[in-house]
Amino acid sequence: MVDLSQTYTAPRRLAGAEGAKPKRRLSGNRIMIYGILCLISLYYILPLWVMVMTSLKGMPEVRVGNIFAPPVEVTFQPWIKAWAEACTGLNCDGLSRGFWNSVKITVPSVILSIIVASVNGYALVNWKFKGSEIFFGILLFGAFIPYQVMIYPIVIILRELGLMGDVWGLVLVHTIFGMPILTLLFRNYFASLPEELFKAARVDGAGFWGIFFRVLVPMSLPIFTVAMILQVTGIWNDFLFGVIYTKPEAYPMTVQLNNIVNSVQGVKEYNVNMAATLITGLVPLSIYLLSGKLFVRGIAAGAVKG
Amino acid sequence: MLDQTQTALDGISVSIRDLQLSFGAVNVLQDLNLDIAKGEFLVLLGASGCGKSTLLNCIAGLLEPTGGQIFIEGQNVTWAEPSERGIGMVFQSYALYPQMTVKGNLSFGLKNARVPKDEIERRVTRAAELLHLQPLLDRKPAALSGGQRQRVAIGRALVRDVDVFLFDEPLSNLDAKLRAELRVELKRLHQSLANTMIYVTHDQIEAMTLADRIAIMRGGVIQQLAQPLEIYNRPANLYVAGFIGAPPMNFIRGRIEGSEFVGPVRMPLTGYGWSEGPWTSGDTVFGIRPEHVKIGDDARHCACQTEVTIEVVEPMGADTLLWTRIGGDEFRIRLDGQTTIHEGQTLPIGFDIDCASLFDAQSEQRI
Repeated sequence: MVDLSQTYTAPRRLAGAEGAKPKRRLSGNRIMIYGILCLISLYYILPLWVMVMTSLKGMPEVRVGNIFAPPVEVTFQPWIKAWAEACTGLNCDGLSRGFWNSVKITVPSVILSIIVASVNGYALVNWKFKGSEIFFGILLFGAFIPYQVMIYPIVIILRELGLMGDVWGLVLVHTIFGMPILTLLFRNYFASLPEELFKAARVDGAGFWGIFFRVLVPMSLPIFTVAMILQVTGIWNDFLFGVIYTKPEAYPMTVQLNNIVNSVQGVKEYNVNMAATLITGLVPLSIYLLSGKLFVRGIAAGAVKG
Repeated sequence: MLDQTQTALDGISVSIRDLQLSFGAVNVLQDLNLDIAKGEFLVLLGASGCGKSTLLNCIAGLLEPTGGQIFIEGQNVTWAEPSERGIGMVFQSYALYPQMTVKGNLSFGLKNARVPKDEIERRVTRAAELLHLQPLLDRKPAALSGGQRQRVAIGRALVRDVDVFLFDEPLSNLDAKLRAELRVELKRLHQSLANTMIYVTHDQIEAMTLADRIAIMRGGVIQQLAQPLEIYNRPANLYVAGFIGAPPMNFIRGRIEGSEFVGPVRMPLTGYGWSEGPWTSGDTVFGIRPEHVKIGDDARHCACQTEVTIEVVEPMGADTLLWTRIGGDEFRIRLDGQTTIHEGQTLPIGFDIDCASLFDAQSEQRI
């Protein structure tokens, strides 16, 4: 047996760079970037800081006026009051009533609007019919009409349907107003899926609903998540439709919050107001945090093809 | 009427009659007629945009024709749903359902057709055996290689027990080595199943090796429909002559005077296989394949001899390509093996009439 090490010797390493790339120290550029980022973060964090701190103080401490200082004596009383005791008009059960109203409005609105829009988008991409592009154009046009223009006509429509002041009337309004943007979102996502997949499913004998539920929906989780986030935050944060199309006992949380914060009688309880605002904002915030990665993936997927 | 149709379709698997398809004002397919025999392997070949995939989609029922009829196994399926036509289709991008396992992909069509469970099991097992997919049945498509994915896609068509297989450029997404392997596998599959297969490709090697007959398409029209070697040896027109063969056929422009082709070279035409009687005059294009050109001593016995100066030599190992010019037009010579011929060398070449083609310069048709 031939000893290979004698017939072949590996060349020695030459002078010059080798191994892992060395880490550079902070350069001027980096310091600039981090500095600006810190400043901007501060700009956004400060109000939140003030809100959280104020909501944890008692009224005597709030009156001192040192808004940036942390509470000397931490109290959760303002949070409890905002949730369960604050008065709006004759009701003194705080935000809790509005919270459950908002849930009753948001959940069916989100589900309904996503079902309708996803089927819309699917049909517009994969089952093109004569005039489908015009239909889509009209639908998109709806996205550009200011809401305020439609408030009064909708009041009449809801009155005629007997849904005025009902939670379901508001659900209907949210479903319709969500349609243009959601349909666009779903249409673009379904258009980005390979067309051959749809063809293969047709050859395999799947019909309109079979292809939708068994082929397309299972691979569209990201876009359903995005649609859910858009709708939950949009409908949860809605004030205008809520205040117009429902009655006081069915007011959503945002309207309730406004009534607490903007009440003109008595002492302004800044700590309670801050706590109430934070509670109202927690739902959309937690949605973003929980679905962060999927949200980015969905937005990116929906944005690529138009 | 029905009886007439039946007798006309005896032994024919797929029959296309006067098929038309237009998107708005654009005619993609024009009065296309095509009969495909039972068990035949037909390849639709053409450059991109020639309408070959469109034709396949019409046969599959994925595109609705503007006019004409399609028959499959004697049934008029012009307006039938894809799943009712007795076809299976394999796509270029595999088009596997990503959320289903290989088994799920194979059985999806059968479940839709409400085939009993044990029958599904039996057919899936058989297809998996035939395509060597047994160890992969529980994997998702994302965990498969390109070749495995395409085998699953073929299996999906296989389990449905169809009369006609449609392939839409099934090997184009694979690398060269896998493509060659799957090509042979497809050929074996066809031999063992004996189904009718219609295969769309732009790759002439696939077409030549797989096809019983090739239909060469251009602008929605079939230019020539014949056996591969017939197309290679006797191309019907200039387009087909230039399309088939790599490198393509050499063309020399000139005219026929008496029994002679006169151009940059002179060539006696005695012994040429005329299509419709001999020409004695007229503008003509003379075509000769690069591999039919002889050089050096071999050229001395040829009916037509000339001298050329080699401009470029391309050694490819198994053969060598020489680039030169005749009458200003590019002229290629393909030699077997390797050679010592170098650029700038002047070389006697020659060729014979029995492997040449003549085309009408106006109509571009073979004469």
